[in-house]
Amino acid sequence: MQSAVRETITKIRKFILENFMFTDDEAALRNEDSFLEKGIIDSTGMLELMAFISDEFHTTIDDDEIIPDNLDSVNHVASFILTKKTGNI
Amino acid sequence: MNDFSGAVLKIDSEKETVYIVEGIRSAMRNDLKRRGMVVGISGGIDSSVTAALAVKALGKERVFGLELPELHSAKETIELSSSVIKHLGIESVRMDITPALQAVGAYRHYDDAVRMVIPDYCDGWKSKMVISNIFDNKGFSLSSLVAQAPDGSIFKKRLTLKPYLEIVAATNFKQRTRKMIEYYHADRLNFAVAGTPNRLEYDQGFFVKLGDGAADIKPIAHLYKSQVYQLAEYLGIPEKVQKRLPTTDTYSMLQGQEEFYFSLPYPIMDICLYAKNHGVSPAAAAPSCGLSPEQVKRVYDDIDTKRSTTRYLHLKAITLLEIPEITG
Repeated sequence: MQSAVRETITKIRKFILENFMFTDDEAALRNEDSFLEKGIIDSTGMLELMAFISDEFHTTIDDDEIIPDNLDSVNHVASFILTKKTGNI
Repeated sequence: MNDFSGAVLKIDSEKETVYIVEGIRSAMRNDLKRRGMVVGISGGIDSSVTAALAVKALGKERVFGLELPELHSAKETIELSSSVIKHLGIESVRMDITPALQAVGAYRHYDDAVRMVIPDYCDGWKSKMVISNIFDNKGFSLSSLVAQAPDGSIFKKRLTLKPYLEIVAATNFKQRTRKMIEYYHADRLNFAVAGTPNRLEYDQGFFVKLGDGAADIKPIAHLYKSQVYQLAEYLGIPEKVQKRLPTTDTYSMLQGQEEFYFSLPYPIMDICLYAKNHGVSPAAAAPSCGLSPEQVKRVYDDIDTKRSTTRYLHLKAITLLEIPEITG
């Protein structure tokens, strides 16, 4: 289970760092950083993130799940994906 | 006691007109060095007031109007734009840009994008894009496509990334085509091109980069929309234009600016924007807006988000080294 968490976080971080921050410097992004508050992702970027979640993790996102608690940081996204997959956090 | 009220948006229209007229003349003399101004006249309040101010500043012989309707322009658009041109007595040209948009595939790309979410969409259908309600969207502004079938049935689908980007890209052809034609006439007349955004639009990035966002001068960009309406009355802009609801006039379905972008009626957006710009707390601003303090805070946050998201629309091209001979 822990390896699934690590792998999920690694993939999310790689996606954010490459596509929004144009860097491979891991220190540039903390897992708890708010995408909105830090200006990392805007509303169009959110659509990209949702497409990534759907394509990479085969996870559908319902309209009422599009909320900051599910999408607004690496930790939130990982938690959301794993909850959807397993029903557990 | 709360002193803040919507009365802060009241202007002295005569003084403001003098200020803008002098500003236009100074810009033309010192910076632009052009002989007059081209103004795209949409039949809306902003372009009408911009053209009227240009006439006051430069004389009607030095203002050239352009009416540039297309397939999805509202029926009343031409009647309204014509009335403004007649009122101002300026020379003008009307050019239907539908063939140009067809040639670049604007309508085809748009229809193909809509069919990604509504496969039955075809001839006879109408559509528009709408934004999620600011108080319902829990932090993320999301757009949906609303389509109306010939029998009147309405369908609404949230837009995912690809169709959203395709729809925006396809509709942006309209503003960019218009600006291309404005600059053609500006070049042949040695005129400058006016942009017509009001402060709310300029601040919140409600324009197309190198479309309606491109211009040599934007004479009313510092005015809140409510103030543009005050000037319209002072300048004698035709009453039907003054009474027209703000519209994007871009989609085949009638679409207000509120449902497309701002989420709230412009009088409330103006008060919120003014209040935020002047450090008024949400609690102090709320009564004037008819909103709760929490809702005003939400609007303030959304203003910041839109500023951040659309900052790139205002940027000049980035050079990797400063070129001081040009930037001074």
